[in-house]
This record gives sequence, C-alpha cells and structure tokens, in this order.
Amino acid sequence: MKQLVNLFVSVLVLSAVLLFATYRLNASEGYSGGNTLTIFNWGDYIDPDLIAEFEEQTGITVIYQTFDSNEAMMTKIEQGGTTFDISVPSDYAISKMKEDRLLLPIDHAKLPNLKHIDPRFMNLSFDPDNAYSIPYFWGTVGVVYNRELVGDHEFTSWNELWDPALHNDILLVDGAREVMGMGLNSLGYSLNDKNEEHLQEAKRKLNELTPNVKAIVGDEIKMLLANEEAAAGVVWSGDAAEMMWENENLDYVVPEEGSNVWFDNMVIPTTAKNIEGAHEFINFMLDPEIAARNTEYVGYSTPNAAALALLPEDISGDERFYPAPELTDKLEVYDNLGKRMLSHYNELFLEFKMHRK
Amino acid sequence: MGRNNLWSKLYLACVFLVLYSPIAYLVFYSFNSGGTMHGFEGVTLDWYKEVFQDTRLLIIVLNTLVIALLSAAISTIFGIAGALAIHRIRRYRRKNALLSLNNVLIVSPDVIIGASFLILFTIAGIQLGFTSVLLSHIAFSVPIVVLMILPKLQEMSPTLIDAARDLGANNWNVLSKVVIPFIKPGIFAGFFMALTYSLDDFAVTFFVTGNGYTTLSVEIYSRARQGISLSINALSTLIFLVTIVLVVGYYFINRRNGGKRARLGVPTQ
Amino acid sequence: MTKSRNLFLVPYLAWMVLFVVAPIVLIAYYSLFDVDGRFTFDNYTKFLSPVYLQMTLNSFWYALLITVFSLLVAYPTAYFLTRTKHKSLWLLLIIVPSWINLLLKAYAFIGIFGTYGFANKVLELAGIGTKQILFTDFSFVFVSVYIFIPFMILPVYNALDELNPSLIYASRDLGASPWLTFRKVVFPLTLEGVKAGCQAVFIPALSLFMITRLIAGNRVITLGTAIEQHFLVTQDWGMGSAIAVVLIIAMAVIMILTGSGKRGALHGSQ
Repeated sequence: MKQLVNLFVSVLVLSAVLLFATYRLNASEGYSGGNTLTIFNWGDYIDPDLIAEFEEQTGITVIYQTFDSNEAMMTKIEQGGTTFDISVPSDYAISKMKEDRLLLPIDHAKLPNLKHIDPRFMNLSFDPDNAYSIPYFWGTVGVVYNRELVGDHEFTSWNELWDPALHNDILLVDGAREVMGMGLNSLGYSLNDKNEEHLQEAKRKLNELTPNVKAIVGDEIKMLLANEEAAAGVVWSGDAAEMMWENENLDYVVPEEGSNVWFDNMVIPTTAKNIEGAHEFINFMLDPEIAARNTEYVGYSTPNAAALALLPEDISGDERFYPAPELTDKLEVYDNLGKRMLSHYNELFLEFKMHRK
Repeated sequence: MGRNNLWSKLYLACVFLVLYSPIAYLVFYSFNSGGTMHGFEGVTLDWYKEVFQDTRLLIIVLNTLVIALLSAAISTIFGIAGALAIHRIRRYRRKNALLSLNNVLIVSPDVIIGASFLILFTIAGIQLGFTSVLLSHIAFSVPIVVLMILPKLQEMSPTLIDAARDLGANNWNVLSKVVIPFIKPGIFAGFFMALTYSLDDFAVTFFVTGNGYTTLSVEIYSRARQGISLSINALSTLIFLVTIVLVVGYYFINRRNGGKRARLGVPTQ
Repeated sequence: MTKSRNLFLVPYLAWMVLFVVAPIVLIAYYSLFDVDGRFTFDNYTKFLSPVYLQMTLNSFWYALLITVFSLLVAYPTAYFLTRTKHKSLWLLLIIVPSWINLLLKAYAFIGIFGTYGFANKVLELAGIGTKQILFTDFSFVFVSVYIFIPFMILPVYNALDELNPSLIYASRDLGASPWLTFRKVVFPLTLEGVKAGCQAVFIPALSLFMITRLIAGNRVITLGTAIEQHFLVTQDWGMGSAIAVVLIIAMAVIMILTGSGKRGALHGSQ
C-alpha cells in the first residue's frame, strides 16, 4: 500500500512541477496575454522565423496549432469550442466550408499586398472573387519516376503506368479523388465525372493496375520513393519537389491527358476572435519578400507573382513546378461533388483497394 | 539447469533486441547531417540544438508529460474501483454486461471516440484544451486498468478475506491491508498501460484539443505532410534516455527502500 | 458487503455513463442517418454487401493471427522474465519502447524492412537474397505483434509471478516431466492472465488502422481502416458509426463466449 501511495504522490508532485514549468514557459512566450492570433495550419507549413517577425512587427502573439487533414480540421471548426483566427484548407474544403457557413468574408481593402497575386490564381471556381479565401500555395498531381529504374518511360501518358514491365513497382497516394481521378483521366474523362458508367469503367481499369501497385500509402510516399523502394509513384507536386531534392534520379511529370491542380488558401473561420489581426497576418504573408522566403522554406509553388520574381531562376524557371499557363489550362480543380457523390468515389476506391491480384 | 538458463537468456536477448531495434534506428539517424531517415551522411548535433531552441516544442513535451502522468494516476484510481465493483458482482450475466461495456472504448477506433467526445464536450460547454484532453485520456485509460487488475482479483482466494474478517478487520482494513497489496502488480501494470495509452494517443487528443494546447503525438502526425524533421528524432532520443534513467533509478531507489523495510520486519508486499 | 459494493460502483458507473454509454448512444443514433441526414437503415444493409463482409472476415483473421503470435512470443518471455534477477526492472524495460511515438517507430520499421534496409542486408549476407518484406502480410503481423506485445506480457507475467513455486516442485517430485508440469499445473493456473492478455490484444487488433497503411500499404483493409475513412475522408459518419456498432456487438459476443469463468468459478483451477 505504501509503495502505491508513494507512486501517486510522486506522480502528483512531478505533474505540479511540470505544470509550473509549462506556465512559466507560456508566460515568457506571451501566450497567456490578451493580444493573440491563433493559426490552424498543416504541420511545418510555414517558416517559423516569419511568425517571429510578424509578432515583432505587430505586437500580436501567434498561437500555432496544427492539423493533418482537411476533413479533421473541418470537423474541429464545425464543432466550435475553439478560437482559430486563420486556417489553410485546400480548394474543395473551402467550397465545402463556405457551403456550411464556416467562413467569414475577407475584406480586400485591408490587404494592399493582394495585388501581388498572379491573376490566374484568383477568382477560381471554388471561391468566386476570392470573397472568403486568399491563395497561399498551389500545385498539381502527377507522376514521380526514377530515371534509373523505369527504362524508357517518361509518363507523358497515364497509361504508361499500366505497362506490365512495372510489375509491383508503383506507389499510389492514399486519396480517393487522386486515384479515381487518375483512372478517369487515363480514359479521357474529367476527374469530376459523375457519370456512373464512366466511374465503373474507371474502377475496372484501376483493377487492372493492381498487379503493378506495390502499395497505397500516405505521406510516407516521399520517404519510400526517395529511398528507391519503387520505380514510380502518383503524388502531389509539393511532395515531388521534396523527393527530387533528396534523390537526383527522380523526375516529375504531369501526364498530358490532364490532371488535378490544387490550391491551399488562407481563410478566416467563423470561430475567429481577432479578425483584425487575421487580416494583418494575411497581408503580411502576401508581402513579396516574405512570401519568397516562405516559398524557399516550404518548397511548394507560390501563387505570388512578385515573390516568384524574387526567387532564384532554378526555382522560378522550373517548368515542372511552375508550368506555363497553356499547360495549367488543361488541369482541373476538384469540384465539390457533394457528400453523396464523394461517398460513392470512396466506395469505389475502397473496392479497388480490396481487389486482389 | 545451466543450459536451460542460457537458452532463456538468449530468448530474452532476442526479444529485447527486436523491441529496441526501431528505437536504435531512430536514435542513430538523429545524428544524421543528411536531414532524412535514410542515407547517413555525417555526424551532427544540430538537431539537438534545434530542439532546445524551439520553445514551442518544449511546451508541447511538458503538456504531453503532465497529461500522461495525471491521466494514468487518476484512471488507475477509477480502474481499481471499477475492478472491485465488477469483481463483487455475483450475477454472471450482469458481470459480463459490465465487462462488455468496459471494453467498448478499447474496441472503438480512436476517431470514433475522439469525435463522440468532441460532441459531448461541446454539448457540456467545456472549453477545449487542457481539461478536455485530460478528461478524455482518463476516460479511455480506465478500461485497460480494469482489464489488468481483474485477473489478480480473480486469483485472490476468498478465504483470505474471511480470515481477515475473523481477525476483526473492518471493510477499510480488508481493502487496504489485504486486497490492495494482493492486487498491487495488477495496479502497477494498469498504471503503466494507461501511461502508454496516453503517450501514444493521437486521434482522440486531436479532436478534443483546442486553443493552442497540443501534445507531442498531434504535433508529430501533423508534421508528416511536410516530412518529419530529424529534430523530432533528437527529441525522442532525449525523452527515451530520460525515461530509461527514471525507470532504472526508480527501480533501484524502490528496491533499496523495500530492502530496508524488509530487514526491519515490515512486509513490502 | 452490500454497502461497500455500492461505493465502488459510484465512480465507475459515473465514468461509464458519461464516457461509454453516452458515446454508444450517439454512435447508434448516427448510424441511422445517411450522408444527407435522412433516417434510414441503409447503412446496415450496405454492411451486408460482399465488400464489407470480406473486410470483416479479414479483420477477424488478422486479429486472430496477431493474438496467437503475441501469445506465442509473450508467454515464454513472461516466463523467463519471472526467473531473472531484476525481474520488475526488465518488465518495465519491456514497456518503455511503447512510449516512443508510434508513427516514428513505424517510419523506423519502413527503413528497416525496406528493399535496401537492414533486414534485407542480413538476408543477403545469409545467402537468401533480397526479399520484399515491407507491404506484406508478414510485416503487418510482425509490427502489430510488436505494438501489442506489452499488453500480452504484463497480465501473463503477473499470473506467472504469483504462481507458488512449491506447486512446480511438488509436480516434479511426483515424477511429472517439465512439459506435463507446464500443461497440467503452470498453464491452467495462469489461464486468467492469458485470457486478460488475449482480450487486451484481440479487441483493439480488430480495429487497427494506420499500420494497415504504413506497413501493409493498404494491402490489408480492416474495419478500423474503413471507419477511419468514413469519419475523416468521406465524412459519412452514418456508415462509420454503423460499422462501429457492429464491432461493439462483435466484441460483446466475444466477451460472453470467453466469459471469465462459469458461475461461481473463481479459480482457474476449477
């Protein structure tokens, strides 16, 4: 009994000490003060130095909290009980949040730096006139391949993935929209297709890909491809850039049949308490010099034209990540398909995953 | 016996080797100047420096520890009460019904627990943060504590209690002098399992946290999209080393004290 | 006796009503609505489609494999541990690895099992040659056992530790072989611990996810994966809840089947 009591007492004392230490650290960072801005972003999706600079410039203390998927983030904001001032959802999530009335309108008059954004990234289908969202980063979906391992393939067509020579040598990203989109695109259909026959055809085509698929994975796909675990993979361009930075044998291409172009935009959720500060933060991130530094840290493609001009030629001139407008015109943004259709896409994707060779 | 002994040592060595190999892997790459968990380039201590410069990360570590320790201790107390309560129920059906309910949280995937707790907390109007995270960690750790203690109670012979009563012990005495000492190994097992649950949990914490309060798992998972930096490896290495020191230290201090008491004739059990 | 029983039940029942019964009611409620928020039993009829039945079968099969292998590894470990000098220290050291973040350990396993990883280097040196280890059933079961093994070792260890050594000596003195002693004396007396361990492994193994993606590359799809998908990707909470309800019922059935002893039977020896 005494031993047990000892254990509990030491746990309590230790917790009290740790709580006190946390309190002191929080106080020294200013988190307990009044003038704060809570940012809800993907992990490691901003240069931390920029946050410190923003705090210095404005006197606002930034509280940074992270999420790992759009859907989980939306659930949190929908349920309330939190005070997020800024979030960074992707395109389809923005249109869904708008529909569910989870976003506050953004006052463009408070964003003098908005003029730096390339007009082709403004006024997109998921948010006309950018009433609720401001571009942060963008990219595409395509094929990463290892020049040493794939032979003559250059993956200018999705259909090259079906080559029997690539047996058990392809990794797919674990996303229903991405994989179904690839199936639809490879047949010449739109990746937002709602036609049941087309969808079934795409699933049958995907089932034929099964022998080539080594695994369907998440973020670890970067590590696997950089490690030459497979010859090719279907990935987002941001991930591709990181892998290529690690492994020089890798190359990235967006197949000619078309593919997805995606956007992560800054929004102000309805949970916001510091709306003024949120605008200040968005404007700060739009500053060309700041945006350029952030782009160098994060490694994704920036929609900020003035920032792009400041970046070195080997980044800004890379056609794989900054394709010419005539190429991006062929790419499609994911439409918000509605819950029922999205659910159907996921069922089909699940059936594909369950399909055994 | 000598040969038997050797085989058993060899077997245990293999088990420990496998258990610690991924950790050795993480520790090894925490010194990699190459920046990734493959292709070792050179030795560096930069990642460790980065850990100590990142105050936000340190706060997260402290949060994680406080939650783990407190939730494990409190859920152990609830678990003891639960196990005793279930044990005393004589009706077979009722006992099984309670046990099934007990296990619901173990079988439910974390996302469901997280989502339903989130709804509960928002209905109850509890601000998301420290309190909500602590409450949920206690909640999902209780069943494993019960599961660890129950078999000990079932082993306990009822004659032990009867004997104590015959000697004039009241309810509290029976509990504190007979029952609790007997089930102590189960209680410890429960406490450490609760600690494990709490430290490992990502999904539930993610849903019920808010207002800048974050634990280490949530932070690590959300960094996966951008690639986990080796400073996380460095941090895990440090935590691991501190844990080992604490565990070994705790064991030997406890043993020394226990030894003394034993010599003085006070039973340690 | 009656008085004190009520006292113990109070905190436990309070916990149960708040954090078990309330969520179950919520889940059961959600399972009756489709994506558009209409009342329906469709989610349950959908569960009876071949895709989900196959998935259920998979989940049970893998959970069974994981439990069996965990027990096979854990029992000797626990047995040998009870005979070491600093046994409780070694026991603690068995638990310590599980305090390191699971995602990190999974990444380490990806590195170790990869085509150019440590495991394959060993295979090559042994003359077997490179094999695909990652994204196979083997790696999936291996890592799952790795994760669950402390949950099996602890209760078994506790049961073995309490075992009165004089029972073993008595059995030996009566001329029983070590194997017979184990089968007739040791194992029956540790049955409660084994049961607790199996429950602590099998039940959560039914709803494993994450590892199915990281280590099995979505080659293994369990009910847990599907629930995860429905809650986080499709946002079809109705279907996710329906699967959860089925899981909870399955678990209750398992509990009743492996029920801890018959009426009145308090000891494993009876």
